[in-house]
Amino acid sequence: MAVIKIKVNGKEISREVSDSTLLSDFIRDNLLLTGTHIGCDTSQCGACVVHLNGKSVKSCTTLVADCNGDEITTIEGLSKNGKLHPMQESFKKHHGLQCGFCTPGMVMSAVDLLQKNKNPSEQEIRDWLEGNICRCTGYQGIVAAVKDAASKM
Amino acid sequence: MKNFNFKSATSTKEATKLSSVKTTFLAGGMTLIPAMKLRLAAYSDLINIKKIKGISGIKVSSKSIRIGATTTHAEVAASKEVGKSIPSLAVLAEGIGDPQVRNRGTIGGSIANNDPAADYPSACLALNAIIHTSKRKIAADKFFKGMFETDLKKGELIESIEFQVPEKSGYAKFPNPASRYAIVGVYIAKFKNEVRAAITGAGNYVFRSNELEKALSANFSTSAIDKVNISSKELNSDIHASAEYRAHIIKVMAKKALSFS
Amino acid sequence: MANLVGARIERKEDKKFLTGKGRYTADINLSNQTYAYFVRSPHARAKITKVDHSKAKKAPGVVDVFTGDSVTKDKIGGLICGWKIVSQDGKDMKCPPHPVLAKDVVNFVGDHVAVVVAETLEQAKNAAELVNVSYKLLKPVIKTEKATSFENIHEGIDNNLSFDFILGDKGKTNEAFSKADKVVKLDLVNNRLIPNAMEPRAAIGDYNTSSDELTLYTASQNPHLDRLIMSAFNAVHPEHKFRIVSPDVGGGFGSKINVYAEDVVVAYASKKIGRPVKWVAERSESFMSDNHGRDHVTHAELALKSDGKIIGLKVDTIANLGAYSLVLAAVTPTYLYAPLVLGIYDIPAACCTVKGVYTNTAPTDAYRGAGRPEATYVIERIVTEAAKEIGMDQAEFRKKNFINKFPHQQCLVHNIDSGDYNAHLDKALELSDYKNFENRRSQSAKKGKLRGIGLSTYFEACGVAPSAVVMSIGAGVGLWESAEIRFNPTGNVSVFTGTHSHGQSHDTTFAQIVGDKLGVSIENIDIVHGDTDKGPFGMGTYGSRSLAVGGTAIVKACDKIIAKGKKVAAKMLEGKPEDIDFKGGEFILKNSNKKKTIGEIAFACYLPGTFGDVKSPLPEGVEPGLIETSFFDPSNFSFPSGSHICEVEVDEETGETKLVKYTVVDDFGTVINPLIVEGQVHGGVAQGVGQALYENAHYDESGQLTSASYMDYTMPRADNLPQITIDYTCTPATSNPLGAKGCGEAGTIAAPAAVMNAVIDAVGSDVSMPATAEKVWKVLKKNGSKKAAA
Repeated sequence: MAVIKIKVNGKEISREVSDSTLLSDFIRDNLLLTGTHIGCDTSQCGACVVHLNGKSVKSCTTLVADCNGDEITTIEGLSKNGKLHPMQESFKKHHGLQCGFCTPGMVMSAVDLLQKNKNPSEQEIRDWLEGNICRCTGYQGIVAAVKDAASKM
Repeated sequence: MKNFNFKSATSTKEATKLSSVKTTFLAGGMTLIPAMKLRLAAYSDLINIKKIKGISGIKVSSKSIRIGATTTHAEVAASKEVGKSIPSLAVLAEGIGDPQVRNRGTIGGSIANNDPAADYPSACLALNAIIHTSKRKIAADKFFKGMFETDLKKGELIESIEFQVPEKSGYAKFPNPASRYAIVGVYIAKFKNEVRAAITGAGNYVFRSNELEKALSANFSTSAIDKVNISSKELNSDIHASAEYRAHIIKVMAKKALSFS
Repeated sequence: MANLVGARIERKEDKKFLTGKGRYTADINLSNQTYAYFVRSPHARAKITKVDHSKAKKAPGVVDVFTGDSVTKDKIGGLICGWKIVSQDGKDMKCPPHPVLAKDVVNFVGDHVAVVVAETLEQAKNAAELVNVSYKLLKPVIKTEKATSFENIHEGIDNNLSFDFILGDKGKTNEAFSKADKVVKLDLVNNRLIPNAMEPRAAIGDYNTSSDELTLYTASQNPHLDRLIMSAFNAVHPEHKFRIVSPDVGGGFGSKINVYAEDVVVAYASKKIGRPVKWVAERSESFMSDNHGRDHVTHAELALKSDGKIIGLKVDTIANLGAYSLVLAAVTPTYLYAPLVLGIYDIPAACCTVKGVYTNTAPTDAYRGAGRPEATYVIERIVTEAAKEIGMDQAEFRKKNFINKFPHQQCLVHNIDSGDYNAHLDKALELSDYKNFENRRSQSAKKGKLRGIGLSTYFEACGVAPSAVVMSIGAGVGLWESAEIRFNPTGNVSVFTGTHSHGQSHDTTFAQIVGDKLGVSIENIDIVHGDTDKGPFGMGTYGSRSLAVGGTAIVKACDKIIAKGKKVAAKMLEGKPEDIDFKGGEFILKNSNKKKTIGEIAFACYLPGTFGDVKSPLPEGVEPGLIETSFFDPSNFSFPSGSHICEVEVDEETGETKLVKYTVVDDFGTVINPLIVEGQVHGGVAQGVGQALYENAHYDESGQLTSASYMDYTMPRADNLPQITIDYTCTPATSNPLGAKGCGEAGTIAAPAAVMNAVIDAVGSDVSMPATAEKVWKVLKKNGSKKAAA
């Protein structure tokens, strides 16, 4: 057990957690931010993607003990003052989600892409989303959403 | 995961001191953590090495590129120096896992783990790398010992990997469509005195192909590869690819790697 | 108000999912909750000689351990098959016992043997490792085609044959074949798939020891059916004291229809320990224990006249049911499959036999399309082969044989009410630039790629559906649907549906329908589903039925609201009910300018009488309140159809297939929201592409599932798929007033055949699904490709 100090969605948090706690479990079970989902146990599906110090990572493959002093943004922290982030708006506009389960990870991953590449091509978007599996949309709405969001961010 | 203690080392010395038969080092954790989650591995302590100063970052000289063990794949992929001096290495890094794995996974972790389908081990062999550890320097040719097995002794920590800058090089991967690991990855590098060709994904662990090296040393061209006979005898067969297919793909990827060089 | 039906309206449900405020079962935590972890069989087939849980029971944090003995002692019933199939010899299908915790035998890797309930998940997992199960190993049978010649794996079920089903007139079909100028033959394997909804299954049992109320939170497509089955057959709890909540559900695709052992066990365990019991599947458990889909081995023959006219079809299929019979396991490869093998062709004589066999693999059941993708694969593969063999253009061959008069009674089961098959094929040919394909083929050849084109002109029977029909062919329940409209006093509307949305967008689509019907803005309409304590009994969502059946129940409930509103309006406007028109949310007295809004009428219904200026008298005999319920049972299935055209490029050196062009033209009847329908088609096609090129549930000879993670089971990812071009034609359904036919499964039904026909066209000979790079390479090599051999 150790006390972890961490900034989550802009808020300083200090909690005592077991050393073997995964970031995803910490976010879901300790902070009760259940927007970060667990869809697999081999770090493939990407439903758990959050931003760690501004970069997308799989929170199911990260120890919270390893994030001491770091800054985390989850899907709950993306929209500010009740206004959707342009990526969220764009997913809505282009029907980039159906059941919604992969969506938080997908959105967080897509936001990271646009941080690195402001105007990605369709192929670059598809390549980047390699680490996020969606079973509902066939990715078409998602790709359209990311492309459109790029033009607005 | 079974409970363990998380300890951060701030120096290589401390890391070594903290280590025992029940512990392991933790860098990006991209392979280690999933294995522990599935209860395929368990340790009493994980020793975080990411806080150790001096074992991260990229140093370039005219003859070599030295990459610190805790440098992430994303950092290597984005490095202008790497892109300029050994572009194939940046290409390899850009093709590892997915963006989230690249943001977190490290070169040292990849090499220490020596997954039979990992990308970096092939770069080490082809680029005649020297593995600098807390104790010694190990030539890549002597480093990889078997499936998930290396020459590292308990408590010995990789500090950096020094790749020799070749005249020409190329890496081509035929990914497993499910995991995106290599079914076959071929790394070809041409140096002044020799051509080195390393293959990952196809065997028990990364290896150099004598056949390819011999043919390419004589004639560094795709037509030389056409004439090579790759035996499927020692290659892996699994639900993703037979040994025979892997043998064929080695040639196809070798030609592709060459065309990138 | 502009028409809502037909408009591309953004989804009402999106915001919560986009901001992380969805609430899936795993997101629910109850006070004093415990955690369940299941001990599963590591063997494909074995006798259980002993289950020793003494160590586990003493492990830290363990509350209790339950085994097959516990559930037997407490008379918890086994899992059921919900649709009884009758064999050719008139005998009922055979179903083995399927206990929720195995007692004497295990029959597949992942079979549930015991459950540990503990204070934390880690403690439950640690203790589960201490449950010592002694097994006597038995030889398993894995392969579909080997099942009937293997020793009996279930006592009393000879040849491992559950049923030997036949549909059609054998004599008449043989006679047709005797008159054929040509008979085309094909052997096909329809590969086993794992549904892989992104949300793993989860369940929380919550028993209140004082009130005797049991609540089960579970990721289900049909909570009312679950409750019925768990009350009536599993004897978990009486129905009136039993609430099932299926909150946000992260995809179903058929895998969340069944009542699973885990549902029954957490409910049972909660009653036993008097505390909530939570279970969330790990992905590896989902792979092993969710129902799988498909897994057919088929021989098909098509009889032709020399002019290309089809005169007969014979199909013989072996369908792998897996270890046990799940709820829709038997109907999926029979009535959802056999009638559909006719496709959209006018075939005068046909006969289809299906042997349902047991093996030591995970049980199969409905997976998106359920029977219809398998049927479409048979007919669309064989008509393509037939066109090739007689040297006719494959589009022309299809058109020559299309049904072109409606209604059309097929020779097997279905009476197709409407359609225009030439219309969607012509449109698809146009959109895909079919006539210039050979140019594109030579362009690809210049790049060293083999290009191929594949067609799949499909139909499906959905809107599952008509009780009179389905019960006469073995269904355990009728498949009508319910709806209740509660028009609230303040003018907004709560709509309760018995269907369940787990990605299908009911919150939006149904609101569009109600909005148009009642003249209320969609912001003021709330669609409620997924809670047995809220809405009336409903049958749930599967078989592309929600709109055609559930949507119609909503329309009918709206009609009742309007009818009552007219009576009230007549009194208030001083006219007769028959003189009241209802339009755009207003009740208008004919030939006058007197009118009342539906909001005013609703207010009057709840607050009848006079209060100050407000006069809202109810007519005599009219009860207060404005709540109407309707149950809709359609007269027939609905029959969507369409044309898919796929183009692929195959790399001759590696055998890799890349989709380069994909065109879809569907006839779904009335489309409520094209944005949503397109999403359904995109996703459906992706799953069909997955089956054709990537996905395969692979068991080794010992019965280990070797594709039990995303490391080994290939899910289509964004970089595997092309842009899909979609368009529509429309012939409305006549079996429901909306004219809707259903769209949820169409993509998955048509795509495998379209993709495979394209791959086969590219490589020049048969390849089985999934057409992995290596399989294609082997075919190319065998065909003498120099590049493949190099």
